[in-house]
Amino acid sequence: MFKNFFPNKILSINSKFINGLIIFMIAIILIGLAYSLFISPEDYIQGDSVRIMYVHVPSSFIALGIFACIGTGSILSLIFKIKFMPLITKSLAPIGTIFTLISIVTGSLWGKPTWGIWWVWDARLTSMLVLLLFYLAYLLTWKFIKNFEKANKISSIIGIVGLINLPIIKYSVNWWSTLHQPSSITLTSAPTIHHTMLVPLLIMLTGMIVYSLLIFLMKYKTELIKHKLNKDKNNR
Amino acid sequence: MFTKRVKSRIFFLSFFFILAILVIFYTLKSLEDNVVYFLSPTEIYNQSDISFTKKIRVGGLVKEGSINREKNILNFVITDLKNEILVSYNGLVPNLFSEGKGVVAEGKLKDRKYFIADKILAKHDENYMPPEVSKALEKAN
Repeated sequence: MFKNFFPNKILSINSKFINGLIIFMIAIILIGLAYSLFISPEDYIQGDSVRIMYVHVPSSFIALGIFACIGTGSILSLIFKIKFMPLITKSLAPIGTIFTLISIVTGSLWGKPTWGIWWVWDARLTSMLVLLLFYLAYLLTWKFIKNFEKANKISSIIGIVGLINLPIIKYSVNWWSTLHQPSSITLTSAPTIHHTMLVPLLIMLTGMIVYSLLIFLMKYKTELIKHKLNKDKNNR
Repeated sequence: MFTKRVKSRIFFLSFFFILAILVIFYTLKSLEDNVVYFLSPTEIYNQSDISFTKKIRVGGLVKEGSINREKNILNFVITDLKNEILVSYNGLVPNLFSEGKGVVAEGKLKDRKYFIADKILAKHDENYMPPEVSKALEKAN
């Protein structure tokens, strides 16, 4: 499976596959949106504002998942010096940043009608903001440090330290008292979310994961070409 | 299996990683009072050095049948099912504020059983269901 991310494999992916993926993604997201905005019922106390969850939860999930990939990639890249690994982690960062931002903004839009406040400094919200800062620091390292090796080292360290933040975000609602509610979907017990709401949530999650994959593939391809051009320039 | 250089990199990275975890763990441990967003009535009851002048937050459930309004003053009881605290508040409450639901009140303690709030936040729990299901559940109980 790992071999599929080798540069020559990525560059030889034909546009038919990408186009197929785009159509697949649009179809899933349309079904997901129709389901979550119109077909699924309103919540017994939140009313219609529950519909924000169908964007908020997948965004948060993807934001954490992508950072987990960046952190793992950073470890592999520092230890084994895999040449294309920094390009993979670098290409993952923008989409993760955007989803962190979406998660925070939709959360705050939901918080105002539900809690009665846009933002509180509880453990969950604060640790999510810290994740955004890690993402920004990671992106800025690549942006402003021109030397590839140096940028790789610094950004990898940011990625590895940021990895520690992930369990803190995940378990913040269990470890400390927070205004944010605990997870409705856990591995150990039945979800506390009714199936008429769980299904659109999972459809949206699938659609948004495919979207992230697409953006990643495009970005990774661009990064590979850029890297190759830079190398050719330096060799001349 | 690994070359010597890879082994030494694994060693240094694990060392650095564990060190970072320890630093973050102890930082959070010492900041515990600030990380916790609210205290339960029991915690307020048991804590010997609780402040009566600083702003704190109390959280729990609004006790069933405890909400009562006198003119502009709203009185209700926050309970964690072990201990209770009476809250007095003057102002608007969020839509989700109701009996039996989660709530967080921000303000100052008068004494260990009486709290003057200047902000009320509703806390939502992890249960999501359509109104019909909730009614059916109520009927079943």
